[in-house]
Amino acid sequence: MSQDTARVEQAALETDREPNKLLGLLRTSVGRNAGLVVALLLICIVGAITAGDRFTSTDNALTILRLAATIGVVSIGMTFVIIGGGIDLSVGAIVALSSVWCTTVSTQTMAADTHWSVMVLVALMVGAGCGLINGLLIAYGNIVPFIMTLAMLASARGLAEIISDKKTQILGADGADVSGFKDFFNREILGVDVQIWVFVLVAVIGWILLNRTTFGRRTVAVGGNPEAARLAGINVKRHTVYLYVLVGVCAGIAALLLVAKTTTGTSTHGNLYELDAIAAVVIGGTLLTGGRGTIVGTVLGVLIFQTLTNIFVLNNRSFSEQQLFKGVIIVAAVLLQQRLASRSST
Amino acid sequence: MTANPTTAPLLQMTGIVKEFPGVRALDGVDLDVRPGEVHCLLGQNGAGKSTLIKVLSGFHQPDEGTITWDGQETPFSTPAKAIEHGVATIYQELDLVPHLDVTENVFLGHEVARAGFSQRAQARKRVRELLARLGHPEISPTRIVDELSPAAQQVVSMARALSRNTRMLVLDEPSAVLDQEGVTNLFRVIRDLTEEGVAVVYISHRLEEIREIGDRITVLKDGRTVATGLAVADTPTAELIRLMTGRSIEYVFPPRPATAPDRGAAVLEVRDLSLAGVFTGVDLTVHAGEIVGLAGLVGAGRSEIIETVYGARRASSGEVSIDGKRVRRGSVTSAVRAGMGLAPEERKSQGLLLDEAVFKNITVSSMTRFARLGFLNRGEERRRSAELTASLDVRPDGVTRAVRTLSGGNQQKIVLARWLLRDCRVLLLDEPTRGVDVGARSEIYQLIRSLADRGVAVVVVSSEIEEVLGLADRVLVVREGEVVHESAATELDEAKVLDLVMEGKVHA
Repeated sequence: MSQDTARVEQAALETDREPNKLLGLLRTSVGRNAGLVVALLLICIVGAITAGDRFTSTDNALTILRLAATIGVVSIGMTFVIIGGGIDLSVGAIVALSSVWCTTVSTQTMAADTHWSVMVLVALMVGAGCGLINGLLIAYGNIVPFIMTLAMLASARGLAEIISDKKTQILGADGADVSGFKDFFNREILGVDVQIWVFVLVAVIGWILLNRTTFGRRTVAVGGNPEAARLAGINVKRHTVYLYVLVGVCAGIAALLLVAKTTTGTSTHGNLYELDAIAAVVIGGTLLTGGRGTIVGTVLGVLIFQTLTNIFVLNNRSFSEQQLFKGVIIVAAVLLQQRLASRSST
Repeated sequence: MTANPTTAPLLQMTGIVKEFPGVRALDGVDLDVRPGEVHCLLGQNGAGKSTLIKVLSGFHQPDEGTITWDGQETPFSTPAKAIEHGVATIYQELDLVPHLDVTENVFLGHEVARAGFSQRAQARKRVRELLARLGHPEISPTRIVDELSPAAQQVVSMARALSRNTRMLVLDEPSAVLDQEGVTNLFRVIRDLTEEGVAVVYISHRLEEIREIGDRITVLKDGRTVATGLAVADTPTAELIRLMTGRSIEYVFPPRPATAPDRGAAVLEVRDLSLAGVFTGVDLTVHAGEIVGLAGLVGAGRSEIIETVYGARRASSGEVSIDGKRVRRGSVTSAVRAGMGLAPEERKSQGLLLDEAVFKNITVSSMTRFARLGFLNRGEERRRSAELTASLDVRPDGVTRAVRTLSGGNQQKIVLARWLLRDCRVLLLDEPTRGVDVGARSEIYQLIRSLADRGVAVVVVSSEIEEVLGLADRVLVVREGEVVHESAATELDEAKVLDLVMEGKVHA
């Protein structure tokens, strides 16, 4: 991973609010993510043409990022799991369970009595716990990740329904004063929402973790060639557990963002997040077979989908049309990326 | 031996050039193959042998040059075309479908069928005949290929080749997966085929095999033909090595140290180690500075023994200790922590992260040494790796290139560098020179000996008896999961080891 990618990512995260600056930046981007950048660029052009000022305004850019934050955080975690040779279908269900658990009356009461960070802790613990169960059963129970996380998808959402009694739990219900929580996540710092900062923070930490630490190096080794990694002395099973805990924690963070944004916790939160996250990761250039992938690519993948959604909404197009186009985009982006990759190698 | 020099060539390749982005893999190759001969293709790794095979089996199209087949200029534009003309290729990495059975694999692409319905019984019958002809009637046509040994899989590939009307058979290092008996059988099959007029193109690193089976030799170096049509009988080995390497080198083993190393402290001690159904009651002591060789047939349990010592397989009983301390059973992580290192048999699939940089492959087992609070010092990693690759003469140099781009010998050096960096106490080497060309072999031997001289206890597993005898201080012979003999290497010769390996005792 070169320093170029570092710079690109850093710059991409910092300047995405300014579409014009973004356009300039994208032109200078090279290498593996070039295909994505082109795709995002084209989408932005379409947006500017069809929706004009409503699309190019700073407010709109912030809206896109705000909406991208939740799924973005999940996608960063998903990137690690996929590079590590696995897959996690249960992220959406974990988001639902975390959101429900941290908004139960007892949690909220406890938070009101002590500090709102209790809710944060609960959401993260629930996410980590689900991830731990996934990881342990995959690594030591030898259950295929696809099946294990499919089971978790069903169970976690089921548990969320049981806990919430299929009712929407409202923040601050039963007189518990958790406004601190709401205020914190809906505040702005330097004119940008905390929600977006959380996404930026997770992405930057993710980038550092993947590219600069032993954890990242092991992730690539375990996903690229598990047998070689094992014979080189890496504890592959333990590392696999860590990866699922990591994505679980990311799902917990996403749940917090959702709860703050909607001021509710319900068992329907995070529906189909697993598919959106996998789609973003895959069009971001991460190999589904493991061993190779980038955080920059994933961030670009998330932005592509969110920008697309935004343009459809601005133009009053239906959700169904949007879904149809999403499928086209997945195929087109991957094809374009392959074309560029093969050209740059010659 | 059977080839008639006046026979018109079946295949004639002239001035073949093949370029890949940034590499001229073939740069003017000439080759003519006559019906009924065994034509050997020699060359170091990277000389262009694999590319040449892919050209003549239709995988690659040459950029320049002509291919004449049976007197007519014929472009082999697709693999299907080549097969149609009667070219059958058996690749080093076998190209079977793992989850299909033997019969389905043999007839893959040309199923025995009537009106679209496969005729399974008839297909099985033909496969049984083919396998019998290949000397392996014991392989069941209904076995799933995945469950077969690599040697048996090769037989299935051969059966597939014979199931078509094959006029030329291309064998890429067929003996790499075979034991002595398998090689003998393979040669018998090759002789049968050549008698029927089939041409065989035979690729091997083992010169003694070429002596035994070959008729003529073509030598490639750096993508060019440096000699073609040499008669095997008239060409001395030294001349072949000179042609391949461009310099005169001897196939040499480093001298053993003057004082017997087994007087040093025992480093690795294995007591009564067993793996249910594979081997039983193995005792093994290796001293500092000593090289112990494990000889035996493929399948005798040699690889399994060192994998179990390393913890990659969980022993059913027995114990392993290093410097007197017991190592946890079935845990590679503990073994590595205790100071063991393994260079596995399948270097590409078990040893290396092929798409990753050289330096990452070297530091992968000692990552924590370069990390502070989990953050890697990549400059330091590169610096230490560059020192190691320079001292081991890895070529081409450059620690950020992907390991995939290196030749077999240089890849093996990377695996050794990994354990060198870790200062390991015990080094387990499984077939350390498989796929390593003649030139690099001596270097690997030298390197192993110098590691021992630094006080490392080394265990070498090899199918090549010459290698075990030449390299090791002490030799253990493994037969059917038991150690049947142990003595100093100097007390044995090739014939004795063969007797032990085959019969379990030395003939009077």
